[in-house]
Amino acid sequence: MSGHAGESFAELPVAPKPPLRRFHQARWDEPIIFEQSRPGRRGIAVPAAGVPAVELPASVRRAEPPKLPEMSQLHVLRHYVRLSQENLGVDQAIAVGQGTCTMKYSPKVNDRFVNDPKVAELHPLQPDDTVQGVLEVYWRLEKILAEISGMHRVSLQPASGSAAIYANIAMIRAYHASRGEGRQRDQVITTMFSHPSNAACAKTAGYEVITLMPDENGYPDIEALRAAVGPRTAALMITNPEDTGIFNPRIEEFVSLVHGAGGLACYDQANANGILGITRAADAGFDLCHFNLHKTFSTPHACGGPAGGASGVSERLAPFLPGPTVEFDGSRYHLDADRPQSVGKMRPFLGVTPNVVRAYAWVMALGAEGLREVAETAVLNNNYLMHKILSIPGASAPWGEKRLEQVRYSWQGLFEETGVHSEEIGVRAADFGVHYWTSHHPYLVPEPFTLEPTESYSKEDLDEYAAILAHVADEARRDPEHVKGAPYNQTVHKIDQTSLDDPKQWSPTWRAYTRKHLA
Amino acid sequence: MTHPYIPNAEPGVRAEMLAAIGAASVEDLYAVIPAGLRLDRPLDLPEPMASEHELVAHMRGLLARNTDTTEVLSFLGHGCYPHHVPAVCDEVNGRGEFLTAYAGEPYEDHGRFQAMFEYVSMMAELLEMDVVNVPTYDGYQAAGTAIRMAVRYTGRSKVLLSGAVSADKMSKLRDFLDHDVELVIAPVGAGGEIGDVEIDETFAAIYLETPNVYGVVETRGRELADLAHGVGALLVVSADPISLGVLAPPAAYGADIACGDIQSLGMHQSYGGGHAGYIATRDEERLVAEIPSRLFGIAPTAVPGEYGFGDVFYDRTSFAHREEGKEWVGTAAALWGITAGVYLALMGPEGMRELGETVLARTRYAMDRVADAGARVLHPDAVHFREFAIEVPSSDGLLAALRERGIFGGVRLDDRTLLVCVTERHSKDDIDRLAAAVQEELA
Repeated sequence: MSGHAGESFAELPVAPKPPLRRFHQARWDEPIIFEQSRPGRRGIAVPAAGVPAVELPASVRRAEPPKLPEMSQLHVLRHYVRLSQENLGVDQAIAVGQGTCTMKYSPKVNDRFVNDPKVAELHPLQPDDTVQGVLEVYWRLEKILAEISGMHRVSLQPASGSAAIYANIAMIRAYHASRGEGRQRDQVITTMFSHPSNAACAKTAGYEVITLMPDENGYPDIEALRAAVGPRTAALMITNPEDTGIFNPRIEEFVSLVHGAGGLACYDQANANGILGITRAADAGFDLCHFNLHKTFSTPHACGGPAGGASGVSERLAPFLPGPTVEFDGSRYHLDADRPQSVGKMRPFLGVTPNVVRAYAWVMALGAEGLREVAETAVLNNNYLMHKILSIPGASAPWGEKRLEQVRYSWQGLFEETGVHSEEIGVRAADFGVHYWTSHHPYLVPEPFTLEPTESYSKEDLDEYAAILAHVADEARRDPEHVKGAPYNQTVHKIDQTSLDDPKQWSPTWRAYTRKHLA
Repeated sequence: MTHPYIPNAEPGVRAEMLAAIGAASVEDLYAVIPAGLRLDRPLDLPEPMASEHELVAHMRGLLARNTDTTEVLSFLGHGCYPHHVPAVCDEVNGRGEFLTAYAGEPYEDHGRFQAMFEYVSMMAELLEMDVVNVPTYDGYQAAGTAIRMAVRYTGRSKVLLSGAVSADKMSKLRDFLDHDVELVIAPVGAGGEIGDVEIDETFAAIYLETPNVYGVVETRGRELADLAHGVGALLVVSADPISLGVLAPPAAYGADIACGDIQSLGMHQSYGGGHAGYIATRDEERLVAEIPSRLFGIAPTAVPGEYGFGDVFYDRTSFAHREEGKEWVGTAAALWGITAGVYLALMGPEGMRELGETVLARTRYAMDRVADAGARVLHPDAVHFREFAIEVPSSDGLLAALRERGIFGGVRLDDRTLLVCVTERHSKDDIDRLAAAVQEELA
């Protein structure tokens, strides 16, 4: 077969395929929305009042119309569709590169349930007997999460994982106050590899924060814990497995040390995906725990939310749960706001209902056996990917090879050899259509990168991801400047970060930008 | 069966992978978890729905037990509002590229950064303030954080709070602030606005809401700003952004920090699941330094004329400094922000103005009609936006009677007081129907 004008084309079948997938991110050179405005256009009509207008006093009337863009409907839609194309979601990409965030498939059917008017058009203050369906979903998911964690009760009110961490610290504070120890217990102990929100929420709630560093094996230092606990200890807030992917086998000892000093133990289960049905917070003696519905229970990350959180507590903490709670009398569900020791409201109304519905549907599609399959596959995928990554020269994983569902790796070897930083590897990897994350600060693991494959990805996906990193590492050796010059296949080119930290130049809105740079 | 969500549950591929890593079984990989911590039985969960069809049938069966607000005539508001959601908002909100993306990096997720930058930029125009955050969880959190920002900024610990705040929001603010901020509640005046206000040099801020919990628009913003500034305090104003097509933005009368909820801008009611919070300030380094959430800014790239984006002043955050950062930051409500941006772009300045006029006019019309019907309207002389309170012989009695007629008549504030909500979705006929029903029930 040949083309026009004597050009030759490859013969069918077109094989072999290129060694790496060829990728190019959409590039629309899409102007900022304000640049597309033309006075007089509009994107939607609103109903005219049809009743007499109200004259506003000058003190409250807006003097000038807001300088919003003026566009027709198609052009608003087209603008946002183009922007969506310049974005990678789980639906397009192998999303194993955002460790600690458990990126997984969000089943499409679950979106249908939440877009149905039977969820989308419910008002949160309707009479209980007109929302029996959604209350039953709350009640059932609460019971399911109680079984998964072993906890006595669960609240689905928190808006996210970090909001649940905050709800837990609020309950810890209320518990100690109820026993007359509120002032005395003013310290919270956490670990360096627990999510920053554990430390930050405790501080916001008024606590002094003590951070345990890892010992030579990567475990939180138990001697440091022994030295830290005492009559001032309000709680231990700990993630297990930590963000390194390391499971602390002495976790029960940690809990009993804290209990011995009169403190509470609070389990951050953001990394629960690899232990569903394997081990439970209550079995290690924890008093409180939380889950992220948007990680472990598959609700979509949505560019950074809406998220969804769940706080689980043991029986002695149950009186302090946020209100209202969902109760069932054997035939009807109702909301109970009459809870005198409750910490009160954590957010408006009952919770992020669309994500509660999605999480419930996800668990119902899997059941006990399916959840265990999720955990086992996540751990198998992680160990398989680790095996492939550690075979790339220059990559390492500090503290041995025992990991559950994720690994914090290091490119320190490659960096010493080539001068290429982990962050630069990540930017170059994006040229092949994947996302990659280093870690939270501070970089205790030098030149870090954190991968968490979850159960959603196939062996072929993991092979492809590892091949991309191997290719980029090889490039770093052959031509480090090429890697440092990335990206090449993205919507935009290398960004000059300097203005973002300079108060004179930073432009957090178009309004600030036009004033500072275009005036 | 290999579960449809788990490709590597297929036995052949599992065996291949185990062989590659030299493990006999997946069980080996869990060796690190002590036996005493291992669950020695399957989880006690309901039987799974093996097929998608069964799952759909199960979910439909459950959700069919709800009566939604398209099936009745609903006047429920009180923090969650039934504004019309344009179809384009739903379309963009449902795009998998946005819906299933993480809060990734500026290169591969350029679209998300631009969409978020545009959201904060449109909010900035509505608010006439230069700095707006990436959405926080909801308006409650935004208010709590805005108050804390004022406390940190001034180094003072007392805040004067308008009493015209919902009980639920007050509950959140108390939990969030009580341990180190002294909240002084200003009484509600006879007209429904904030009452007499006295503050001195020990106060960090005055916190005001407009429209407030009774739907009353506060008219003394400038006076309160001057009062606060006179003693070195800040004015923090929570305003519903949907009112700002017709109402003056807080910055116009001197507010230093604005905050609120954006559920009204293109989010469905979703049983209270559609909330997200905004916080805005002027572009002053010391104020910006107190914002805990992420800020996205525009920056040049290696190619002249090209816009790139990135985090502004990342050093403020707990991501950078754990407990030494400002409060905390994590996954919050970004997609609601993008959706609110779509809403504002569709509406434009004229749409926002017309919508505001319609809501103002219909609220007044409803107040007059319901008063004619025999209910006592509270604060009748005040400017109301979208909500008003009425006094009736029995809240529960009237609500139950209205329900019989297919009407959710309002939110019960106490035994005798109801809050009625009217938006652009309520036609004149809808309002007349409510008034007629009230008249018959109160007769």
